Amino acid sequence: MKEIVVISGKGGTGKTSITASFAYLAGNDVLVADCDVDAADLHLLLKPDFAKEEDFYSGLIAEIDQKYCTNCGRCANVCRFDAIPFKNNHFEVDSIDCEGCAYCAKVCPTSAIELKAAYSGKWFTSTTRLNSPMIHARLGIGSDNSGKLVTKVKNEAKILAESISKSYILIDGSPGIGCPVVSSLSGANFVLLITEPSISGIHDLKRVYDLVKSFKIKAGCIINKFDINKNGTDEILEFLKKENIEHIASIPYNENFTKAMTNAQTIVEYDKGELTEILTNSWEKIKRIIA
Amino acid sequence: MKIAIASGKGGTGKTTLSTNLASYLSQNTQVVLTDLDVEEPNSGLFLSGEIINKEDKFKMIPEWIEDKCNGCGICQNACKFNAVLQFGDFISVLPELCHSCYACSELCPTDALPMIPKKMGELTHKKLGNLSLIESRLSIGEEQAVPLIKQTNKYVNKNLSAAKIQIFDSPPGTSCPVIEATKNVDFVILITEPTPFGLHDLKLAVDTMREMKKDFAVVINRFGIGNDEVIDYCNNNGIEIIAKFPNDRRVAELYSKGELLYLQIPEFARELEKVKNYIYNLIEEFE
Repeated sequence: MKEIVVISGKGGTGKTSITASFAYLAGNDVLVADCDVDAADLHLLLKPDFAKEEDFYSGLIAEIDQKYCTNCGRCANVCRFDAIPFKNNHFEVDSIDCEGCAYCAKVCPTSAIELKAAYSGKWFTSTTRLNSPMIHARLGIGSDNSGKLVTKVKNEAKILAESISKSYILIDGSPGIGCPVVSSLSGANFVLLITEPSISGIHDLKRVYDLVKSFKIKAGCIINKFDINKNGTDEILEFLKKENIEHIASIPYNENFTKAMTNAQTIVEYDKGELTEILTNSWEKIKRIIA
Repeated sequence: MKIAIASGKGGTGKTTLSTNLASYLSQNTQVVLTDLDVEEPNSGLFLSGEIINKEDKFKMIPEWIEDKCNGCGICQNACKFNAVLQFGDFISVLPELCHSCYACSELCPTDALPMIPKKMGELTHKKLGNLSLIESRLSIGEEQAVPLIKQTNKYVNKNLSAAKIQIFDSPPGTSCPVIEATKNVDFVILITEPTPFGLHDLKLAVDTMREMKKDFAVVINRFGIGNDEVIDYCNNNGIEIIAKFPNDRRVAELYSKGELLYLQIPEFARELEKVKNYIYNLIEEFE
């Protein structure tokens, strides 16, 4: 079983559209996991059935029992997150600011503070409209454990893929270089970087690749909208060569990306021309590389 | 007045709007643009300027002093993030898991875990005429954006609070970095595109703003592509649409080279003027 993670550093480069197309092309061979738990969109194209839903709790959150609180203020004093403001004549925990370190509970002289499991979101086991199994999630608003929810999605995906003997786990990763991306990358066999030849696309590609390198995972790259800036594309190609990253394909600027999405279809279902040809070749190439 | 530019989905034009708007407004008044997308800060690519300050930003982590340790294990017990681990007589600190809560350090009976600074990123302060640009950049391998966002906000409050208009370019998504970046602003502009992904992520962003009790309005980017669902959604939910930036391949091309759009595309400048007027009305109401 091979784990393929699709990431981009910068958002809006076509990561989810391309992932969905590969899910279509892989057919029965693949389990799909959406690790972009912050702003998950893959389900809009693959229409999973949300067959099984489970709550996910991660980390802790402090709660003050006003019955026992003497307003001594020691909790607020030790809190480094300013999460225990004094309002309306009593101390109260701000659930968004609380990091769940439990230091406040340790210093409370009357044991008035209890730490409770923090709700982080939901995760789902589904079958997509293409008949592939899919694990996905929805982060609770303002939740600060997206990395842990990503790890949960990945672990559940692995367990399920092994039990039903799928050849590939295809993972839609998250943007940025922080904890959700780190969690997406760990344990992957291949990273597919989606970029565009804009100065921000190139900048973000280089930053996220620095992170990928530290994981020593084999990487490939698709350059989307390669024709909007020729110099930019040349710069990317040079970078790929220098870093020994496989150049999988260059895709021209094509509004069928958006039209397919508006039609709730993958690109390879909607487009009957060059996009489908390029993506089909790309998927074959990736399969060969990781074989 | 503090205004955040945010969006659920990445790549909808946060940085495009932030940089063009900041530059446009600075023709008339003092403006500060702060890039809080510390994982992938891009504003500086579009706005040059003279660097007037650069400083390293640190987070505090415990450092184990073996000679002082009596092996009691209180530190490991205090840490809820598994960042302090005890192996026999040996204490191991994992800085990337540390949330800098100080519990291990301050509860240690023998002062064997003093807190020491560890670099987590870098802040750059640039100036270009009326425009100040603050950009913070998280070091590769650092997983937590929130502490750097907090320190960046502190820097702006300390040094630039006199500016009439302060714009904050937020990170994408709906989790803790976005909350941290938007919680202290007066108004949020959500930027989206008229596509199913744009709509879905706009709804998440709207839910987040309502949960935080923030006033907000919407700007539509790449208007003309996709469908009408974003407009219908805004109309049905009483959400004001401030401006609609046209879908245009020229925009993608100019953006890709790091150029400001309002200087070259009149339709873009026209819509930006609407955003400017909206902000000036807000300031009037606010005062």
